[in-house]
Amino acid sequence: MSRILGPDDVRRALARIAHEIVEREPTDGLLLVGIADRGDHLALRLATEIARIEAVDVPVGVLDITFYRDDIGLTAEAPEVHETRIPVDVSGRTVVLVDDVLFTGRTIRAAMDALMDLGRPRRIRLAVLVDRGHRELPIRADFVGKNVPTSRGDDVRVMVSEVDGEDGAVVEDGTETRTLRGVGS
Amino acid sequence: MNEHLLSMHDVTADDVVRILDTAESFREVGTRVIKKVPALRGRTVVNLFFENSTRTRISFELAAKRLSADVINFSSSGSSVSKGESLKDTALTLQAMGADAIVIRHSSSGSPYQLTKWVRGHVLNAGDGTHEHPTQALLDLYTMRERLGRLEGLHVAIVGDVLHSRVARSLSFGLVKMGAEVTLVGPATLIPPDAPAWGVQVSHDVDAVLPKLDVCYLLRVQTERQRLEYFPSVREYSRLFGLNRARVDLLPEGSLIMHPGPMNRGVEIDSDVADLPQSVIEDQVTNGIAVRMALLYLLLGGRAAEQQEGA
Repeated sequence: MSRILGPDDVRRALARIAHEIVEREPTDGLLLVGIADRGDHLALRLATEIARIEAVDVPVGVLDITFYRDDIGLTAEAPEVHETRIPVDVSGRTVVLVDDVLFTGRTIRAAMDALMDLGRPRRIRLAVLVDRGHRELPIRADFVGKNVPTSRGDDVRVMVSEVDGEDGAVVEDGTETRTLRGVGS
Repeated sequence: MNEHLLSMHDVTADDVVRILDTAESFREVGTRVIKKVPALRGRTVVNLFFENSTRTRISFELAAKRLSADVINFSSSGSSVSKGESLKDTALTLQAMGADAIVIRHSSSGSPYQLTKWVRGHVLNAGDGTHEHPTQALLDLYTMRERLGRLEGLHVAIVGDVLHSRVARSLSFGLVKMGAEVTLVGPATLIPPDAPAWGVQVSHDVDAVLPKLDVCYLLRVQTERQRLEYFPSVREYSRLFGLNRARVDLLPEGSLIMHPGPMNRGVEIDSDVADLPQSVIEDQVTNGIAVRMALLYLLLGGRAAEQQEGA
């Protein structure tokens, strides 16, 4: 297991992403939507940063993509369901999806479908803390905390203090055969 | 979780919590403009109803449709059953057509169990004779937990024709499993003799029970299931056990009035009582869709049993 991000790295990466978001997207009509169950905490942190930089309150929502996964019926048990709570109508807004790790892209595909069922966003952007490569769909992130080269079978885990007690990210060696992941990360 | 849902004995207390938590997420789907998610796309759910039903059948149909499953409604009238086809042959036909889940209501207790012997799909009991109606119990548990914040330690009275009520049986088993205290209330002729073995109290005096309740759960007087000699007259029943305005005043503040429907207004519940704010009968109906979505999702969302064997 090796550490790729420490608490300070996470803080700096989120601060930089927050700056990039306000630089490129009008804050009027902006909505941050975190993907459960780490992205939602990252989205809240980004909103706090943006509030500090620009003195605007950007609404934050949490999106559960379970019902939109492409591997329902392929896992032994039905995947665990989380909460979806988006405080405003997504229609006409610039929605920044926030997730911890970008891997195959399947989670993001599911998230975009989920978002479209809630309304018609003006545009969707993607912010991730770690991009580890190995995309299976034509998806790329607009805002990236850190690009990390990995093997396909590795396990990349992002920790946030709200859930895991501290901020950071680690890579665990895995074997290609062990990891038969779909949307999971 | 068990492969089928035939009885409240098929689920553990942990399963109940998982089902109710999952239903919570599906409640949110029900508030959207587009009340549909693609979770069970391509799966087929058959509603096999041998007994009249409005709310349960529609509730299951909506639940399956909101999960994007294909739904086939089959009722005994106007089908091959009226030509004399047996339950087994009906089941095998549906099986051959590729049903992933069968929701069955039947007047014979145990028919859902029998069905599991013949078909490969998941079987959900939507009410069998005087045996059980587990999805009703689960939506009632959901409603109680949502309104009162807990199930453990709740005082619940189930009032009325317990003897013929599959709802009362499933709900009693469920409440006892979750640590609530249950009192069955009704005329002695309508309380099953084995009730004490369920872990519940029995009373024949509704006025004595009401002051300590968190939930007063009323059962429908099922005229179709009973011969008249169980009590002298409907009017007497109503006077002794019906929930009227005076009895509502005996209930503690914040307690709930529930009823599985369809109601006989003026018999087990006074018409104006049914419309009071503490009566959550409409919530029960709304929650029923979310709870049935959760059940279909949890049963059908995992890998099918035959695939698991092959893996």
